[in-house]
Amino acid sequence: MTSAPALDQRHSAAASTQPVVPSETVASESLSVSFNDVGRAFDGRTVLRNVSLTVTPGEVLAILGSSGCGKSTLLRAVGGLDEGFTGDIVIGDSAVTRYDERTAVGFQEPRLLPWRSIRRNVELGLPRNLSKAEGQARVVELLELVGLSDRAALRPREISGGMAQRASLARALARQPGVLLLDEPFGALDALTRLKMQDLLLDIHAQTGTTVLLVTHDVNEALQLADRILLLGGRRSDTAEGATVKSLVPVPGKRPRDRAATDLAQLRSELYAGLGVDSR
Amino acid sequence: MTTTLATPAAAPGRAKSVPGGRILLGAAVPLLILGLWWLVTGPLDLFTPTQLPAPQRVLDAGVGLLEDGALFAHVGISVQRVLFGFFFGAVAGLLLGSLLGLSRLADGLLHPTVGAFRAVPSLAWVPLILLWVGIGEDGKVLLIAIGAFFPVFTSVHSALRHVDPHLVEAGRAFGYHGTRLLTTVQLPAVVPPVFSGLRLALAQSWLFLVAAELLASSEGLGFLLIESQNNGRVDRLLLAIVLLAILGKTTDALLGIIERKALKTWA
Repeated sequence: MTSAPALDQRHSAAASTQPVVPSETVASESLSVSFNDVGRAFDGRTVLRNVSLTVTPGEVLAILGSSGCGKSTLLRAVGGLDEGFTGDIVIGDSAVTRYDERTAVGFQEPRLLPWRSIRRNVELGLPRNLSKAEGQARVVELLELVGLSDRAALRPREISGGMAQRASLARALARQPGVLLLDEPFGALDALTRLKMQDLLLDIHAQTGTTVLLVTHDVNEALQLADRILLLGGRRSDTAEGATVKSLVPVPGKRPRDRAATDLAQLRSELYAGLGVDSR
Repeated sequence: MTTTLATPAAAPGRAKSVPGGRILLGAAVPLLILGLWWLVTGPLDLFTPTQLPAPQRVLDAGVGLLEDGALFAHVGISVQRVLFGFFFGAVAGLLLGSLLGLSRLADGLLHPTVGAFRAVPSLAWVPLILLWVGIGEDGKVLLIAIGAFFPVFTSVHSALRHVDPHLVEAGRAFGYHGTRLLTTVQLPAVVPPVFSGLRLALAQSWLFLVAAELLASSEGLGFLLIESQNNGRVDRLLLAIVLLAILGKTTDALLGIIERKALKTWA
């Protein structure tokens, strides 16, 4: 937690200079993602079905749903980590490929290599075609962006969970992904650290402009970060197995949003109701 | 002892702050045993020299063997056999363990067979080795290599099977596959368990050395054991045992130093 002041400082600096000009080394060419009748079954049990929507370049889409509804499955399909789905997923203008290099994944766990320093872990995300000097410059800039410059030489076990997750985020950004896929990246963090990470993600989005697909089970997180919220779940009108698009709603207001904004209360209640939770 | 040496700054771990403090602590029990040995053979005179000779007699036996050059010959050839056997067994274990740990096809094809060979108590191979290879240098090194092979094979194989799938998937997600994935994620991840396997294999090597030398040899510590038994030289017998303890511990400690260095880099 000793780096918290640095984080705040960097954050306020970014806020005061808006609109942020995307930095050349970390900016990405953001890509659209189209889902066309996507479904997934495991051993004959349908988990996802009939998912169709288009995510516009640069958009932040939050994917919300109760646990086990197939949120992560959908995200993994976009990253090319899972090839068992039916239907089509198109990134930009071509179909998703195995371990698609236009995407980068931030996993729920940091998944850092314990024997490598933070710097060397971030390097892992660099594209292969990059020259050594370019790669080093990008890693330095990313470590700066996530506020880990002074921790670069440490091993993952020597830093806190929030820092590890920031390192994981930097590693994903090192690819300059057209689509950044985040699978409940802040789920395991304490409440305060999670809020800081959300602010950091908004900073990163402002600077890189990448398309972000964010899986979360946290309604407030979705409301805080997303342009639109995709709610996955079973439809009441049909009894077919598996989750599908329950609703796809734009979030009113521009980011950064006031966490206590009252105009979001209505939407919040609706989303909680959609998740089967009583909001009162 | 510690009060005069320990600096105030390092007060919480005083034993650690003494240079070589761990070694002194570890030497306490052997020194105690030596004292007891001296007590029961010398002043108390509870045993005849043929039952248990005094420590001084064992030392004299060592000096005697040292003077006619036999001691170095025995120790030298035994160490050489252990190192060769351990080396060949460990390399074979690393190679086969890696192959079966990484390839599902090779695993399905070969693991039942290797498992069956492992189920044979290794000393059961002795008669066959005697017939096929003879119990010259080759036969002895082969027997030691068999003893060293299985701990290494088992540790490499199971460690590669159990590399955190999350890390492997993360590696793949960032475009690593094949050899690059192997050297970036899988091999570094198995360094700690492989070293446990290597240390076990080294202990096995000494075990099989003595077995091989007891069976048939004209020099080596195992030969010294059997020869001393036949001649009733309990002093030399005890000397051989003490030497085996010292050599086994020393080689293990050397491997331990390499292990610590490796763990610092890879774990």
